[in-house]
Amino acid sequence: MTGDSSNMPDIWTAFTGVIRRDVLLAWKRPGDVLNPLFFFAMVSTLFPLAIGPSPEQLQFSGPGVVWVAALLATLLSLNSLFLSDHEDGSLDQLILSPQPLPLLALGKSIAHWLTTGLPLVFVSPVIAVTFQMPSKTISIMMLTLAFGTVSLSLLGSIGAALTVGLHRGTALLSLLILPLAMPILIFGARTVSLSAADDAVTAGIYFLAAYCMLALTLAPFATAAALRISNE
Amino acid sequence: MWTWFHKLASPPHFYSLSATMIPWFAIPGIGLVAYGTYAGLFLAPADYQQGDAFRIIYVHVPAAYLSMMTYMVMAISAGIGLIWRIKLSHAVSAGAAPLGAWFTFLALITGSIWGRPMWGTWWEWGDPRLTSQLLMLFIYFGYMALRAAIDDPAKADKASGILAMVGAVNIPIIHFSVEWWSSLHQGATLVREGGPAMPVEMLYPLLANILGFTFIFGALLLGRVRTEVLFRERRKRWVRNLVFPEGGDA
Repeated sequence: MTGDSSNMPDIWTAFTGVIRRDVLLAWKRPGDVLNPLFFFAMVSTLFPLAIGPSPEQLQFSGPGVVWVAALLATLLSLNSLFLSDHEDGSLDQLILSPQPLPLLALGKSIAHWLTTGLPLVFVSPVIAVTFQMPSKTISIMMLTLAFGTVSLSLLGSIGAALTVGLHRGTALLSLLILPLAMPILIFGARTVSLSAADDAVTAGIYFLAAYCMLALTLAPFATAAALRISNE
Repeated sequence: MWTWFHKLASPPHFYSLSATMIPWFAIPGIGLVAYGTYAGLFLAPADYQQGDAFRIIYVHVPAAYLSMMTYMVMAISAGIGLIWRIKLSHAVSAGAAPLGAWFTFLALITGSIWGRPMWGTWWEWGDPRLTSQLLMLFIYFGYMALRAAIDDPAKADKASGILAMVGAVNIPIIHFSVEWWSSLHQGATLVREGGPAMPVEMLYPLLANILGFTFIFGALLLGRVRTEVLFRERRKRWVRNLVFPEGGDA
């Protein structure tokens, strides 16, 4: 800041402040972080029980199962992204603040990823091992999940912003976001399958990385516009 | 220069203009579809490989094309409504969504019926276009559900407009990622280098149906937007004058 009379924090402070606040809130309420992880593990448990325990079948369906479970767990946690802020009025403060709202929305998405996507990436190997996934494939899976969950946090924040304050928000959020999230699921799961079959995986990873960059640049603007509309 | 545009965007003017425009869309549309369907079913030769089963193309292709075009209309008019704050173009989006969902549904059903003799199954997950049409249907459902969930119409317009634009960015990505995923669908025969791979007796009825479906879509859309405008403006004076021309009170 160039010696302006106001004691307004600069953009970077506001951005990191949003992230720090949300991570701190999650730290104080560990249930919010743990619930999606338990959900992730639970959904992954359903499949061996439903399909049957034969190792070949599990090895074949493992990448898809892990990815579907990750997608659903992220979706579950997205519902509360703006909910508590909306209820206690801090969302109004974010919107009214002189800082650019897209940047603050980006901060919220990054905090959401740090508290749900990143733990998911680190828990996923445990699930993958039970599905007989080879160790080389596990590292590829973690990489695709890392890119994929960033994209999901950003894409989902648009849906969360559109549905915040609506009565039937949860089911609606899934209906809005799931069709749009299909490319991430397709490329995520297929890349892991290809890796398990010793096939080339770079194309899939590049696609996921490109999608992630696209989401990073565009999604915060859509989220900010949606927040303004939902909160007017 | 912009006066015609502002005039068009005014609901009373649109209401009277659309009344005269609907027949201009409906009559050529019905005529073209009548020709295209008759010629497609009776005059066009049977396909040397698919026999008579290919004739469902005369419904399937126009429906599939319109399912995409309707989304374009919806997203562009939502964008115009958001940027220039024109209420009429939000009414166009609202009117287009159920039409798009119906065209998508029609394309899915006819695709499935076509798939039965061709692939020996009603549904084939390996076919990318069938799958992306299904996702398209869910996107339409999401749009309509969001609109229905918000009580304030102005807010519903803006929120669903943002969703329509986010969808417009995503639909090409969805389409191509499903396409790359695997492919069983026959290649494009209409738009490709060196002209369409189809004899003219088969091609002309198809083109007539595509054009005819588009005209009918225009007429239906105008009708839907008309009722939508009438409903939204129900408390305005011009609507009251329309309903009670003698100036009496309700």
